[in-house]
Amino acid sequence: MKQRAIRVTVNGRTHERTVEVRRTLADFLRDDLDLTGTHLGCEHGVCGACTIVVNGEAVRSCLMFAAQVDGAELLTVEGLADGERLHPIQEAFWEHHGLQCGFCTPGFLMTLYCFLREQPDPTESEIREAISGNLCRCTGYQNIVTAARAAAGSLRAGAS
Amino acid sequence: MSMAPARKYVSARIKRVEDPPLLMGKARYLSDITLGGMLTVGFVRSPHAHARIVRIDARAALAMPGVEAVLTGEQVRAFTQPIRAEMSGASYRSTDWAALAWPKARFVGEPVAAVVASDRYRVEDALDAVVVEYEPLPPVVDAEAAMTADAPRLHEQHPDNIIIQARYDNGETDRAFADAAITLRTTFRHGRCTSAPMEGRGVVASWDAADGTLTVWASTQAPHFTRAGLAAALDLPESRIRVIAPAIGGGFGPKMHVYPEDVTVCALARRLGRPVKWLEDRRENLLTSAQAREFVAQAEVAADRDGTILAFRATFICDVGAYSVYPTTAALEPMTAAGIMPGPYRLRGYSYEAYGVATNKCPTGAYRGVGMAFATFVRERLVDMVAAACAVDPADVRRRSFFAQKDTPYTTASGIIVDSADPAGSLASVLDAAGYDGLRAEQRAAGNGRLRRGIGLCAYTEFTGMGSGTFRRRGMTQVSGYDAATVRVEPTGEVRAFLSAASQGQGHATTFAQVLADELGVPLAAVTIIEGDTERCPHGSGSFASRSMVVSGGALILAARKVRDKTLTIAAHMLEAAATDLVIDDGRIAVRGMASRAVTLADVARLAYRPASGTLPPGVDPALEATHHYDPPPATFSNGTHLAVVDVDIETGEVRIVRYVVGEDCGTMVNPMIVEGQLHGAVAQGIGNALYERIVHDDGGQPLTTSFMDYLLPTTMELPSVEVVHSETPPPGSVSGFKGMAEGGTIGAASAVANAVADALAPLGVEVRELPLAPDVLHRLIARAARDGTRA
Ligand code: FES
Ligand code: FES
Repeated sequence: MKQRAIRVTVNGRTHERTVEVRRTLADFLRDDLDLTGTHLGCEHGVCGACTIVVNGEAVRSCLMFAAQVDGAELLTVEGLADGERLHPIQEAFWEHHGLQCGFCTPGFLMTLYCFLREQPDPTESEIREAISGNLCRCTGYQNIVTAARAAAGSLRAGAS
Repeated sequence: MSMAPARKYVSARIKRVEDPPLLMGKARYLSDITLGGMLTVGFVRSPHAHARIVRIDARAALAMPGVEAVLTGEQVRAFTQPIRAEMSGASYRSTDWAALAWPKARFVGEPVAAVVASDRYRVEDALDAVVVEYEPLPPVVDAEAAMTADAPRLHEQHPDNIIIQARYDNGETDRAFADAAITLRTTFRHGRCTSAPMEGRGVVASWDAADGTLTVWASTQAPHFTRAGLAAALDLPESRIRVIAPAIGGGFGPKMHVYPEDVTVCALARRLGRPVKWLEDRRENLLTSAQAREFVAQAEVAADRDGTILAFRATFICDVGAYSVYPTTAALEPMTAAGIMPGPYRLRGYSYEAYGVATNKCPTGAYRGVGMAFATFVRERLVDMVAAACAVDPADVRRRSFFAQKDTPYTTASGIIVDSADPAGSLASVLDAAGYDGLRAEQRAAGNGRLRRGIGLCAYTEFTGMGSGTFRRRGMTQVSGYDAATVRVEPTGEVRAFLSAASQGQGHATTFAQVLADELGVPLAAVTIIEGDTERCPHGSGSFASRSMVVSGGALILAARKVRDKTLTIAAHMLEAAATDLVIDDGRIAVRGMASRAVTLADVARLAYRPASGTLPPGVDPALEATHHYDPPPATFSNGTHLAVVDVDIETGEVRIVRYVVGEDCGTMVNPMIVEGQLHGAVAQGIGNALYERIVHDDGGQPLTTSFMDYLLPTTMELPSVEVVHSETPPPGSVSGFKGMAEGGTIGAASAVANAVADALAPLGVEVRELPLAPDVLHRLIARAARDGTRA
C-alpha cells in the first residue's frame, strides 16, 4: 500500500507522520493522533458528525484523505475550549441543552464555529440552513438552533 | 421512616452535569476504546434474503496481510449457542439466531462469516476475498404473503411463519357494533422504519485467560440483559462476564437487544486470546440493527351519530423479520399495538387479532413508540374518519369519547389499567395554547390553492415504567422488569449512586443526581451517578420503554431513604437528640430550630466507617450504604395531545409543518429542560416516521435504503419548533410521582401529522391510510383521488 509522509498542525500542535494514501482524515485524527472527539456517523458525507476545520473551512473529515492535508492547519473539537474554559459556542450548547447523547455535537460545534465567523448576526432561518447538513437524532435541532443564536450573541458581545 | 427534605432540585431546570466532557470531545464512546494488541472484526454478510450456504472458501483472505482469522457459521456453532428469545404462551414459536448463519441465511445482511485483522482497512480488504457459495431459496418478503399455506418457511421446525398470534374480545364488541349508528372499516399500513442513532452498535471484548473472565464494552441500553444473553450464547456463567456501557451515542430501542455480532466478537476474543473490536458502520446499521413499525391492520370503528366512539375491531399483522429478538421477542410490537389501541377512549367494545409474522427481512424490535405509534395512527385516523362522517369537529369527537380523569384508575377495553390521566384536560390545554378556533378560521381563509392547510389532532396514552407484572402477563420471561440502585456515602462524605439504568443521552447523570440530592438533603455537586457496568452496579433491567425515571428512579429513592434513615439515626446519637427532631439540608443535619447543634454528612460518614473514632448507636451496623431492588406496579401511564398544522403542496406532495403544539403529562417533571428536549427529539422522530423515513425492499427482499442518502432523517429544514404545554397528573401511590415520557412525542407526532395531511387533502377526496406520507406517496394519492373523482 502506498505511503506518504505528511506534516499537519492540529489544534496548534504539529505532527509528522507517514500514512497510507487511502487513510481517511477522520481515521488519521482518531486512530493515529488519538483525537477521538471527531465522530463518524455515516462515513459517506451526509451526517456531518465528522466535521472539522481545515485552513479555516468546515470540511467532512470522512470524505478527505489524510494525505490531502499535508501542510494544513486543522482545528478539531478538542481545540475549541481554552483549557477547561469552554468556547462560547460550547457554553451556549450547555446552557440551552443543545445536546443529548453528544455524538453529533462536535460536528455541529465545528460547523457553527466557521459559520458564525462568516455571519456573526444570523437569523433563525440562516442558522437552520447553515446546519442543515448536520444530522442529530436526539434533539430535533430546536435547542441547537437556540444555542446557536445565543452563541452568536455572546461572540458578538465578546468581540465588541 | 424520616420525612423527606423539601425538594430543591427536582422540578428545576438544571444544566446537565455530563455535558462538559461531551462538548470538549473528551467523552469515550465505544469507538474510542482501544486496548493493547486489539484486533478488528468485520462481517461477510449475506447478499441474499434467503439462501443455503453451500461452502465458504477463506483461503485467499487468510493469506492477506494482517489477517489473523476467518470464522464461519459451521465453525462457530461448535462453541456458541444460538440466541433464543423465550416466551411463555402456547402460540409462541421461538427462533434460533446463530452467531453466524449456518446452514442458511434468512435476510440480506445476516452475518455469514467474520474476518479478524490488524485494523479496519485490512479487514475490509479481506472481506472481499472471502468466497461464499450460496444456493438462493425463494424469499418471503411480505407478512400477508408469509401467512399463506404455500409460503416458503423461514424456520423449518415450525409449521408456518406465524411466530406469535393472539385473540381478544372484551365480550361487548359485536353488540356495540350492532347498536352503532355508524361503522367504518378500512386497512392501514405503516412502512418499515429504523431508529438510526447517530452512533451505530459496537462491541469490544477482552478475554482474561488468568481467571477465565470476559470483559465486554458494548453500546447497549441494557447491560444486564446483554450479559445474560451473552452468557447463554457463550455457555459461560453470568458471573464470568462483565458488561460495560461507555458513553452511548443514542439508542431509541434497538440497543437493548443482543445480536449475533455481539456473540461472535466475544467468542473470537476468547478463542484468539486477544481483545477484538467491531463497530457497525452506517450501511450495516441500516441493514441489520433491529427495525420497526411494519404493520398492516384491518380496522373497524363503531360510533354514535354524534361521533361518540363506541368500539373498535382490529386485526394487526406485524412483519417481524427473520428472527425473534432477545429478550423481548417478536411479540413486542404486535402485542403492544393491540393492547394500547383503546388509548384514552371509553369504549364499550374492543376485539383484536394480532399476528407477528416472520419474513426474510431484518428482525424488528424495540423502537421508540413500539407498537404504540402504529396503534395510535390506526385509532386516531379512525376517530377523524368518524368525525368527518358525522360532520363533527375532531376535537369534539375526542372530548366526548375520552374516559374521565375522575374514573382513573381506568380499565380500558383491552384490560390495561391506566393508573392516572386527564385526556380532556390535556386536549383543552392544547386547543387553548394553539388557539384552535383561530387556526380553523385561518384554514378556511387559506382557500383552495396549490398549498392546502390542514390541522391534525392526536390523543394518546403511553405505557411507561413497566414492572415484572407487565412482562409476566406478556409472557416475556427473560425481561427482569425491576431495576436497582445502590447509594453509598463514602468515608469522606461524597455520595455516589450505582444504578442498573444505562443512559444513551437522556441525562441520567443529572436527573438522578437531582433526585438523590433531594432525598439525602445534600448539594447537587456532592452527588455522582454511576451506570452501565454489571460489576459496579446492581442487577436490573436497563433503560428502554420509558422506564428509567420510574423504575431506576424509584429504586434510587428507596435506597436513598434507607441511607437517610441510618444517617439520621447516627446523627441523633452524635447530637444526643431524637432522630425525629433532626432536619437535614445542604449536607448538614441539625436539631430543628437549633442550627448550631449540627453535624455534617461527612461527620456521620467518618463515624460510620471508623466506629472506633466514637461510638455508633447500639444495634447500628457500620458503613453508610444501601441497595434497593424495585419492582414497580405493572405500569404507569403518561398521556398527551398533539396538534399539527401543515401546508401540503398538492403539486409536489411536499408537507411543511407550520405549527406544532404538544400537551404532555408525565407526572412530576424531574428536569423540565430535559423533558422538553426529549419531547423535541421524539417529535422529530415521529415526523420523520410520518413523512420521510422508509426502509424499502425490492420484491426479492433486497434492501434499497442502505445509506443516509436513501433513508432520510429529518434535518433542520423539515422540522418545526415545538411548543410544549405541561401538565402534571400524579400517579396514585407512586414512590416518586414520576412517569416515563421518552416515547410520547414519537407516538403522537406521526398521527397528528397524518391527520393534518388528511385534513388538508380531504376536499380532494384523498384518504390517508398509510405512513410514511413521503412526497411520492402523497403525489400518488392525490393523482389517484383526482382520477377517481373524474370517473365518478
Ligand atoms: S461521518 Fe462524515 S459526514 Fe457522516
Ligand atoms: S445529541 Fe444525539 S445525535 Fe445529536
